[in-house]
Amino acid sequence: MSISTTGKSTTASAIPGEGEYSRPSPPGGERWQTVCPADALVPLGARRIERAGFLPVAVFRAQDDRYFALVDRCPHKGGPLSEGIVFGNRVACPLHNWSIGLADGCAAAPDSGCTHPIGARVVDGMLQLDLAQFVRSADPHA
Amino acid sequence: MDAKVAQAIAPGQALAGAPNAGQGAAGAMAGALTRQRLVMVGNGMAGVRALEELLRLAPDLYDITVFGAEPHPNYNRILLSPVLAGEQTVDQIVLNPRSWYDDNGIRLHLGRKVTAVDRARRIVRADDGTEVGYERLLLATGSHPVMLPVPGADLAGVIAYRDISDTEAMIAAASRYSSAVVIGGGLLGLEAANGLMLRGMQVTVVHLMPHLMERQLDATAGRMLQGSLEKRGLRFCMGAKTESLVGGPAGRVTAVQLADGTRLAADLVVMAVGIRANTDLAQSMGLHCQRGIVVNDTLQSVTDPRIYAVGECVSHRGTTYGLVAPLFEQAKACATQLARFGIGRYCGSQVSTKLKVTGIDLFSAGDFQGGADAEEIVLSDPVAGIYKKLVIRNDRLIGACLYGDTVDAAWYFALLREGRSIADIRDHLMFGQSHIGDTGHEGKTRAQAMADADEVCGCNGVSKGRICSAIKEKGLFTLDDVRRHTKASASCGSCTGLVEQILMFTAGGDYSAAPAKKAMCGCTDLGHDEVRRAIRTPLADGTRLLSVSSVYQALAWRNPTGCASCRPAVNYYLLSTWPREAQDDPQSRFINERAHANIQKDGTFSVVPRMWGGETSASELRRIADVVDKYRIPTVKVTGGQRIDLLGVKKADLPKVWSDLGMPSGHAYAKALRTVKTCVGSEWCRFGTQDSTRMGKELERALWRMYAPHKVKLAVSGCPRNCAESGIKDVGVIGVDSGWEIYVAGNGGIKTEVAQFLVKVATHAQVLEYAGAFLQLYREEAWYLERTVHFVARVGMDAVRKRVLDDAPGRAALWERLQFAVDKEPDPWSEPARAGVDLRQFEAVSL
Repeated sequence: MSISTTGKSTTASAIPGEGEYSRPSPPGGERWQTVCPADALVPLGARRIERAGFLPVAVFRAQDDRYFALVDRCPHKGGPLSEGIVFGNRVACPLHNWSIGLADGCAAAPDSGCTHPIGARVVDGMLQLDLAQFVRSADPHA
Repeated sequence: MDAKVAQAIAPGQALAGAPNAGQGAAGAMAGALTRQRLVMVGNGMAGVRALEELLRLAPDLYDITVFGAEPHPNYNRILLSPVLAGEQTVDQIVLNPRSWYDDNGIRLHLGRKVTAVDRARRIVRADDGTEVGYERLLLATGSHPVMLPVPGADLAGVIAYRDISDTEAMIAAASRYSSAVVIGGGLLGLEAANGLMLRGMQVTVVHLMPHLMERQLDATAGRMLQGSLEKRGLRFCMGAKTESLVGGPAGRVTAVQLADGTRLAADLVVMAVGIRANTDLAQSMGLHCQRGIVVNDTLQSVTDPRIYAVGECVSHRGTTYGLVAPLFEQAKACATQLARFGIGRYCGSQVSTKLKVTGIDLFSAGDFQGGADAEEIVLSDPVAGIYKKLVIRNDRLIGACLYGDTVDAAWYFALLREGRSIADIRDHLMFGQSHIGDTGHEGKTRAQAMADADEVCGCNGVSKGRICSAIKEKGLFTLDDVRRHTKASASCGSCTGLVEQILMFTAGGDYSAAPAKKAMCGCTDLGHDEVRRAIRTPLADGTRLLSVSSVYQALAWRNPTGCASCRPAVNYYLLSTWPREAQDDPQSRFINERAHANIQKDGTFSVVPRMWGGETSASELRRIADVVDKYRIPTVKVTGGQRIDLLGVKKADLPKVWSDLGMPSGHAYAKALRTVKTCVGSEWCRFGTQDSTRMGKELERALWRMYAPHKVKLAVSGCPRNCAESGIKDVGVIGVDSGWEIYVAGNGGIKTEVAQFLVKVATHAQVLEYAGAFLQLYREEAWYLERTVHFVARVGMDAVRKRVLDDAPGRAALWERLQFAVDKEPDPWSEPARAGVDLRQFEAVSL
């Protein structure tokens, strides 16, 4: 099953529905990059994707075979979400158990804060991420 | 507000949802076309709580209309007394402002009283002619105050104490008049009297019975309460019957005439002699009512299952409740029914009472009078103003009455609800829950004495003031609410008692803790024991539940993939119940147990190799040193359990580190046997009486790879000097000249708990069997994340002794089952493939 992205029209402040992503692609549109075979992730599994100069990205596979991707940094204390337990369409951060939505990257109330969602889709059995939505690492040496 | 919103009843809707036809298929069909209509009559705390729960479960299921007779949105009735006393304002006690109704698409009709319901046509009619049709009706009509039928009861200046308008009338009277009489010396009457006195009135309380609050207090506590209220300036007429109320020329009350001839001057008379369920509407509709609207365990009227009722208007199993905690339990169960989950049941509640008069500490719960077959433990210190009575029957706490010192109220109430045997703690029961060793809040145990700035929760840095304001501003009622919103006591939990105290005196005495049966998590209403039992019991067709998903399916979990809290628990219950058969689900394990290392705050891991009994060798130390150099491991630390911890290991290096170390996993990351700490023992020590190192190594070799509900730590000391600190371990063994003493359920963590003596044995083999049997009992019966100390506190040491000491074949069987469970368990570090470790997780994907 694949997911399409509608990143162009939504804004960062909107609360996106399932399968939509709130981070708009910059001018120039989407840049889909194949990452790994989709079945490299088990259902309710996750992996971390690293790209030099950018913050690492966590990809997730929900029970219903939908795929999601988030910047791999919990809005609370920066915990690696890719190591968390995935349930429904949420992931529990392994450090302090914040519950983060896979679709919008936002913490469940009463906690608050969001990490960036990244476009993800499956094409011909391969998982692809939208490189245009990756977030540059603040580290000047990265 | 908009004017009349008279909804036409769509043809065809009458077919939707035959009365309680499982609320399933028929309802779902109608829902697809147009939403079903839910009408709530009454806009009080219980009803609105039911709507809140419903909206959380099924936000779009119903088109909701609410009728409220009062002109206010839902407010916290419990806090009327602080409003009367001038400690809070009406605005501060509003729980759901109008915007809440708007935001949730609820039509709110305030100041409109529903006068009739046509059950045949399913239409609700209000006094202004508004008509609304319904598919589901929720009655939450609350209660009426009882007015004494004495002459003059209808005079001006004679009021009840029930709602905002009564409170406002009392505040207004206090500014114009000087003397007031309150009839009724119960909870409500005393709070009213106290409030009027604080507003400057001269107040006399007239009470029919010989002592105050006779339904909550015994005679001694009642008299102590009266004494301290008299010191504050209240006057009392006890054992006094009101004969009539005397009016003046203006038609306003001027005096209260008592049966003994006394006449008390009164410009204001407040009747607080009790409440009566408001069943006026229900009776006019032909619903079966006794003292309240009679409902079943799903909160449906026994007459018309389309009609639900919650709150003070309800009679459930012959009982009507007036305190908020049971009403909220009703609301929750009702909401799951309305949401068509069909799983919530309300099975009645235990209630407790606390007086909301600032500065007076009073608590009562259960059967505090006892009786011929009950025993009492009483502590009375009249000079200090302290009185405590605990009532016990058959080794169970059945009632408590505390005056002057209520710090342990929450603990007593928990013992009472759980109904667990107190035989083993009886001798210190009166002195409360031991607070020795509580850490993180400077050893403070009395929340009321703390300043607002004082830190209550040392883990999350939450002050008392922040908790108080969150409770008031957000309308929190339960410990879970407070944890969610403030994080106080949400981490290690050692300040739970303090937070409960703050909740009690801030949210009011009607607060009481969670229901006796605690649901495992939000995904189910089943408790841990019920889930364990279901896993243990084969299904009707003879098959067994062997996977997490089959458990969720069989037990109708709300969320098909559970949550981060129930998944690891259910996975553990499966593996511990059906070792080698149940299907381990790595995705249901915390990252530490998936990566077989401990995640650190920066996302790196720590590695602790196993050293049997804390003993190591030159070649192991050399390999460790080489690994530290080769993988540039930043920190090497000796642990409290006599191991070496390598901190800051990159995840990708873990398999190579394991292999280079050539040592087995220390399971320092797992809910499993961690370490067996030992002293040197008789091999070297000049005081040693037993070879504790050898005993420790034997225990560790027998028990390693043993997964458990929580981490498990052992220690073996070779003599009573106890250098291995056996007194604070899950199992502590102490060598004496004639053998070994075994202690269990100690804890050196959050709350220091000294282990309890279990048995003295002679041989190594016996130490293994008794310690193993105790640990297997813990593995089979404890709840997930329950340490041995909490497990034993819950079931009682007697129950442990019965299984491990008194029943020799049972003990042998327990020990055998434990050996079976760990026997074929591979070491995940040396045989990761056989242990099912997902090795792909260690390979980074780089773009």
